[in-house]
Amino acid sequence: MVLPVAFFGLFFAWPVAAIVARGLKADGSWQFGRITDVLAQSDIRHVLWFTTWQALASTALTLAVALPGAYVFARYDFPGKQILRAVVTVPFVLPTVVVGTAFLALVGRGGLLDELWGVRLDTTVWAILLAHVFFNYAVVVRTVGGLWGQMDPRQEEAARMLGASSWRAWRKVTLPALAPAVAAAALMVFLFTFTSFGVVQILGGPTFSTLEVEIYRQTSEIFDLGTAAVLTLVQFVAVGAILAVHAWTVRRRESVLRLVAPETTARRPRGAGQWALLAGVLATIAVLLVLPLAVLVQRSLDAPDFGYYRALTSADGGVFLVPPIEAIGNSLEYAVAATAIAVLIGGLAAAALTRRDAGRFVRGFDALLMLPLGVSAVTVGFGFLIALDEPPLDLRASWILVPLAQALVGVPFVVRTMLPVLRAVDQRLREAAAVLGASPWRVWREVDLPLVRRALLIAAGFAFAVSLGEFGATVFIARPDNPTLPVAVARLLGRAGDLNYGQAMALSTILMVVCAVALLVLERLRTDRTGEF
Amino acid sequence: MSSKKYFAVVVGLGLVALSACGSSDEGGSQSESKTVTLVSHNSWAVSKGVLAAFEKESGYKVKVLEDGDAGQAVNKAILTKDNPQGDVFFGVDNTLLSRALDNGLFQSYEAKGADTIKAGYRVDGDKVTPIDTGDICLNYDKAWFSEHKLQPPTSYDDLVKPAYKDLLVTENASTSSPGLGFLLGTAAKYGDDGWEAYWTKLKANGVKVVDGWEQAYNEEFSGSAGGKKAKADRPLVVSYASSPPAEVIYADPKPATAPTGVVDGTCFRQVEYAGLLSNAKNSTGGKALIDFLLTKKFQEDMPLNMFVYPVVDGAAVPAEFTKYGPAAKDPETMDPAKIADNRDDWVKSWTSLVLK
Repeated sequence: MVLPVAFFGLFFAWPVAAIVARGLKADGSWQFGRITDVLAQSDIRHVLWFTTWQALASTALTLAVALPGAYVFARYDFPGKQILRAVVTVPFVLPTVVVGTAFLALVGRGGLLDELWGVRLDTTVWAILLAHVFFNYAVVVRTVGGLWGQMDPRQEEAARMLGASSWRAWRKVTLPALAPAVAAAALMVFLFTFTSFGVVQILGGPTFSTLEVEIYRQTSEIFDLGTAAVLTLVQFVAVGAILAVHAWTVRRRESVLRLVAPETTARRPRGAGQWALLAGVLATIAVLLVLPLAVLVQRSLDAPDFGYYRALTSADGGVFLVPPIEAIGNSLEYAVAATAIAVLIGGLAAAALTRRDAGRFVRGFDALLMLPLGVSAVTVGFGFLIALDEPPLDLRASWILVPLAQALVGVPFVVRTMLPVLRAVDQRLREAAAVLGASPWRVWREVDLPLVRRALLIAAGFAFAVSLGEFGATVFIARPDNPTLPVAVARLLGRAGDLNYGQAMALSTILMVVCAVALLVLERLRTDRTGEF
Repeated sequence: MSSKKYFAVVVGLGLVALSACGSSDEGGSQSESKTVTLVSHNSWAVSKGVLAAFEKESGYKVKVLEDGDAGQAVNKAILTKDNPQGDVFFGVDNTLLSRALDNGLFQSYEAKGADTIKAGYRVDGDKVTPIDTGDICLNYDKAWFSEHKLQPPTSYDDLVKPAYKDLLVTENASTSSPGLGFLLGTAAKYGDDGWEAYWTKLKANGVKVVDGWEQAYNEEFSGSAGGKKAKADRPLVVSYASSPPAEVIYADPKPATAPTGVVDGTCFRQVEYAGLLSNAKNSTGGKALIDFLLTKKFQEDMPLNMFVYPVVDGAAVPAEFTKYGPAAKDPETMDPAKIADNRDDWVKSWTSLVLK
């Protein structure tokens, strides 16, 4: 427990506190008056209102679109299911700087909707909402679908036998059991869309602004740290509330259900209705998720003989000192380091959270671990600068900050994956081992580890994929010229010229393939009890 | 939280990461006097050989930190000015210079070779040294204008004419440096009282504003590689005078002429400065590095790396630049002090005028 607390204290709480304090302190005294001043501005209130309603609308839309998907993935068996489940997760782990562009190909000018019906949604709020569905589809499919697949279909069948209509059986039997999972998924989607940054900036244009975008503008462009600090606090409170409710729903869900292996519940679709549902879900996935990704691939191949890919191997482009292809190596190295840290910290935290004697405080830590997902990367990045600036902790220019920042984002996923599995380990096994004289370390090694090894691998894989795509924190950390993939893509997009644009598309495609492969490996490792991601 | 107690923990963490990621260690422990650290933005680039020659001659090892885009890099440097991350900062431009100077970011140093800087770029005082210059200009899509049998515009005035309705895309002046440059250009042209009326007309004539240069150029501008693929429909974009040469240099095969051109009457001059950071740990090395930035060797290396023009007398400009993107003949300019006095107010008025 000490290690995770220290990690979060040092690399998250302290930097964030430092930057907020810098913003709210003037001439050595606290300026709490700033809080009411800022919140009284009509611009800021408008931002708050927009942030909230777009998050609510996005969440509702995501649930509406993704719940049928969750059902299909849970209950139907069809060829290519594993690959598809990996594919729908790819957007979730890709940086928006990459896919924002591609998403324009769906909703923007000359996009599919434009071609078919002459509808253009770019710079409207619809583009933002649809992009949020695109990014968060996997959250619902994995969280709700995971549980749905393990629910015993015989309960619903029994209700039907007793004369309930299929709607009534679903409403009275399945829905109540599923509700906590739906609530948990909805809260996660709400959290991710409430703190949306890249999507709003790229697809919404300058007229739309969420809290996260406003914090970025105030910190990094306008340099009004006071306003940024107030907004950070507001976001902190909102995210804290969301997480508290989330933790509560998760705990409720873990206790009540009797589950079966998902393989036994999935079967081939039967009858026209079921086939139509499957076709509908597949068509949604094809249009909403696969098409934008395919546009990236197509644009990367738009030069003869893989010209853009070949250009990646030469350093004479001038954008970097090294051939851009080396960004792949950098990214992999950082991601491995970040994964090691995330698994260590997340694993220890999950282990501590499972202990029977864990008190209220420790269980509250569960929610705290998720906070980095809801705090602006620019806040953390600027906080690092003023918090970690004294030897022996002058890490500001050190490469280690990059994996540390990525691990902050990876830990919540590790915890969420490990926790359900660890909680499922029978406490009596541990007690028996202890009674027979095993040390706590030995108990963990001989009892827990064999049982959770697969979950550990899955957690590591997810942390790996998330670190690969992590953009926010990475870009705010100064480092010598060894860019990661997302950073390299952003830099190439920042230059005029066909070859730069093409190389950006090629690198994005490579990033996408690497993420997809990592996720596909995870699919093979999936167990029945791993958590919601 | 008492951090001392957890140093061991951090060291442990470091070891974990180190074992997994050994090869990318930058090694922060060279003796101070032998390493000089340059803090810059992410457009910094220099040829390997040129930097190596400086390291060999001076005996210093140069470490470069790229700290986000131009605005972020300046803000972060100010944030850390009591305990700076490096010795020299390069990349603050005339639109942000006052913010750096007002916050006491730099200490005095008059660079060797300062007398070779062309008169137009020099600034009062000895806190910063001009290093490069560039022009923020409208670019136009040559193919589009010849296809539509329309003469490209030549001035700010043209842009509000009905013939050019719905053709221009620009960037958010509060978040994008070319966007701000374009706004300042119009303010220089029409004066403190006239620019708002101009923008009212420009808005009525269908100017589109997006958040950053990347979206404007790659997504909305019909003359760029990305724009062509995305079927972009705006043939006028606020970009740089050096963008057309970049379109030639970064093309395979190289075209005979640039696919885009510069609207010469719509340029705003940007100058980037370097300075010795207050509290620099290695100020001797920092001074040597600033001197190096003014040498002909570096000045002539800049254009093809950072797509900017040299500021010293006699530094040659590559043929691609003179051929495809000559520097603007008569760009708008503005005194940094005037920018400082008005920037925030103008951006605020512009935001409510154009975006709301």
